[in-house]
Formats: sequence, C-alpha cells, structure tokens
Amino acid sequence: MTALLDVCGLRKTYQAADRTVEAVRDLTFGIGDGELACIVGPSGAGKTTLLKCVAGLLAPSGGEVVLEGRPVHGPPENMAVVFQEYGRSLFPWMTVEQNIELPLKQKKVAKRRRGELVAEALESVGLADAGGAYPWQLSGGMQQRVAIARAVAYEPSVLLMDEPFAAVDAQTRAELEDLTRELWQRLGMTVLFVTHDIEEAVYLGQRVLVLSAAPTVIMEDAVIDLPAEREQLATRSDPRFAELRAHIYSLVQQAKTYHDGAEPRS
Amino acid sequence: MTTTARPRRRSRAGFVPDRLLGPIGIAAFALLLEVLPRSGAVSPDDLPPFSAIVRALADEAGGGAFWGALLDTLRGWGYGLAIALAAGLGLGLLIGSVPFLREATASTIEFLRPIPSVALVPLAVLLYGTRLGSTLMLVVYAATWPILLQAVHGVQDVDPVARETAASFRFSRWARLRHVVWPTALPYLLTGVRLAASVALILAVAGELIIGAPGLGSEIALAQASNAVADMYALILVTGALGVGVNLLTRALERRVLAWHTSIRTEVPA
Repeated sequence: MTALLDVCGLRKTYQAADRTVEAVRDLTFGIGDGELACIVGPSGAGKTTLLKCVAGLLAPSGGEVVLEGRPVHGPPENMAVVFQEYGRSLFPWMTVEQNIELPLKQKKVAKRRRGELVAEALESVGLADAGGAYPWQLSGGMQQRVAIARAVAYEPSVLLMDEPFAAVDAQTRAELEDLTRELWQRLGMTVLFVTHDIEEAVYLGQRVLVLSAAPTVIMEDAVIDLPAEREQLATRSDPRFAELRAHIYSLVQQAKTYHDGAEPRS
Repeated sequence: MTTTARPRRRSRAGFVPDRLLGPIGIAAFALLLEVLPRSGAVSPDDLPPFSAIVRALADEAGGGAFWGALLDTLRGWGYGLAIALAAGLGLGLLIGSVPFLREATASTIEFLRPIPSVALVPLAVLLYGTRLGSTLMLVVYAATWPILLQAVHGVQDVDPVARETAASFRFSRWARLRHVVWPTALPYLLTGVRLAASVALILAVAGELIIGAPGLGSEIALAQASNAVADMYALILVTGALGVGVNLLTRALERRVLAWHTSIRTEVPA
C-alpha cells in the first residue's frame, strides 16, 4: 500500500510573548490510500494541532505534510474536514442544502452536478428530506450528519474528522460510527479519525496511532486485526476487541506520563 | 424538523391579554393628560387637555404646512440615515477587517464619537445656513457612529470554527466575505441601524428646532413663539409617533432578515 498522506518529522511550537510551548515534537507516519486510521491520545496530546497541520489550517514549525506527492501549504483541494463543533461549523443562516452546496460552488462544480451531489450526500447520511431545513432545526446528531454529508459531497480523497462525535449522546454516536464505516467502505476514501475515545478508535479503525502527551510523539502504531464487517454488539463483545482495547488503554495511560523520567522536567 | 409552537404567553396582569396592555397604557396616559389640566392640577395654559391637543392635531393635518414639514423632517432623517449607513458600513467593514486600521483608528473614534452632534450646530449654520444641508450634517454625524462601531465589532465576531470551515473548503476571499463575514456582522449592523434610526430622528428634529431648517422642529418652535400651545403639543406627539414608527419598522426588518438568528428563531432542543 503506497502512502497517500505522509507526515514527516512534523513539529509545532507555539510562540507566546513570554514562553514557548512545544505542542508536537516529532511525528512521522503515513496513511495508505483508502485506509481508515484513528489517532488517539490523552487530552492535550496535540491531536487537534496535528489535524490542523494536516488540513493545512496551521503551518507546522518543522517537518512537512505531503498529500498525494504534494507538500501541504494550505488547505488542499482533495481534502475535507468534519469538525467536532458541528453547530458552529454549519452556517445557521443557510439551509442544509445550501450548506452542502456552497463548498461545491467554490470548487466550481456545475449546477446540475451540484444538485446531484447534494441529493446523494443527504441520501447517504439518511437525511434525504432535510434539505430545506435549517441546521438549528435539527438535533445534534442530525447536524453532524449534515456536516458529514457536506464533506462527502465534496468528494475528497482524504476525510479528516476531529473528534466528530464527542458532543453527541451514546446512541447517536454508535449510529454515526457505523455511518462513518459504511461511507468509508462504499466511497473508498481515506479517513483520518481523531478521537480521545479508545473504544471508538478500536471499533472504527484499521490502524490506531497512539500519541503521547505533549510534546507529542507517536507511541505506537497498532494494527486492528478485527474482521472488516463490524457491528456494534458483536464486534464489541469479540475477545480480540477486548484485548486490543486493553492494550491501547494501557498505552494511553503510559502516554500521560511518557515524558516523565525520560528527561528532567523544567 | 418539527417547529414547536411558541408557548402561549400568559398574561402578566392575569386578567387582560398581553397584547391589550400596550393600548391600555396609551389610553391611561391620554386620560391622565385629559384629567390633569381639567382638574386644575396643571394650568391648561401650560398643558391643554388631551382632547384639545387632538383637535389641534386635526387642524394641523388639514393644512398643507404640516405635511410639508413632516416630509421635510422625514427627508432630513432618511437622507441622513442613508448617508450614515453607507459611510458607517463601508468604513466599519474596512476598519473591522484590517487589524492595522483598527489599532490606528480606535483612539480617534473614541475621541470623535462622544462629541455631541448639537455642538456642531454653529459649524452647520456656517456651512449651510438654514438649508437641509445643516440638518443632514448633524444627522449624519450622530447616526454614523452606531453603525460604524457595530460593523467593526460584527466583522470581528466571526466564529473561529466557521472561519476554519470556510478555509478548509477553500472559499475565495469574496465568498468568505459574502457567506461568512457578512451574515455574522448582519445582526450587529441591524442593531446599529436601529440605534442610528432613532438618533437620526432626534437630531433631525433638534437641528430644525435650533437652526430653523424647515421641518417639524421649526414648526414646533413657531407654534411655541406664537403661543399656540395645543399645536405645539400636537407636533410633539407627532415626533413621538414617528419614533415609534421608525422603531417598529427596524424591528420588522430585523425579524425578516435575521430569521435564522438565535435572538429570533424558535429552536428545537437537541
């Protein structure tokens, strides 16, 4: 599998007036074409920083992100992001349809094709009838479905998801996880899914990258050797699932104190 | 996707429906105006009974001078507000979106803004005499500030997530302005317009009153000078009614344009 997305020696330090914060120290990994990789780490592990660098929304302090052979210096055209804060990411002054269509207009997709893409995307997230509604008329889970539809309609080769289900209830979350797997399998895009939820990472991913606490490095790149067909009850009660979860869990516990002892704390 | 019906508003008074409270208040006020002079508590020379004011108003409405004056006042108000809107909007959007300009102009704006428009009366008279121009100058000066400041704040209020969303989908500069910055600033702007519209009316009438430019203000001064007390009150009531009208108009505009905004929409709890 050739790497579609390459992150090489990525480093990010934030410069404040009186101090420097090293958020990401050294990250190197590759994501293959059509892969679904999850990134987990303790809170404050620089997950969002990493994702923003990959998305071209934040300039790294060192290293580089390469997508399909081209270094990322700004938001790439074949990438879409689903943010955690769906309520703020969707524009309340536009209907669901308009929200999904606007990025397509920016991409200069012809009007006819736009209509098709919007309808297909809404259909694929189970909201075929909601096009005329405003996002704030929908429940939280439905709003995040709209955000996913917007990203899917954009036809990206890479979909970045930044803790997308952290703000919805458990039931909705399970549905959205299955939706993500289904769309990924059907559309064949590459998905990079950031979460703090270990179970979610194991359930969704083919691979789980475990990040240390800041300054961030990769602690482990774990392969999730569960069957491709996943189902909330069966998969989660699979003994292998429990093993993987326990393994990742202990890694994340270690991650919190990863830098202690390894170097004197200043 | 269900839109819940607005919960029926319970009357605060308990026995009268809420929507009647406003008219009842007005009626009570009118009654007070009628009773005070008639009972002798206030001299009818200083405050004629409400019925006399209404009669004077009817007389005024029968003559052409009144309508001419009303039109003049509305013209001074409308033109002034339009100029203030254009200037405040243009400058505000520009200053708000360029941090350098914001820093550079902040203290100047804070210095200029509190200068009462009325303090410019001598200058206005010097420049325009008693023509419409002098009223316009006062109105524009007073009404530009609220719009300008609201525009400056509105432009800066863009949600970081919305901004990143626009960036990640590679919105053009124009698209960001049109689809993200403008809708974000709009609620601020409309508040600015509402404030400016009231201020503009105040300044239009004040300008006419002090300078003598044609309009309701100068008619009030004329009525006072010729001891037509009831007419004077009648004209004052008209300016008050204008103010109410202006406010209703801008409120209606807000409800129409900002149907999506949290202050107006009826939301389904998630």
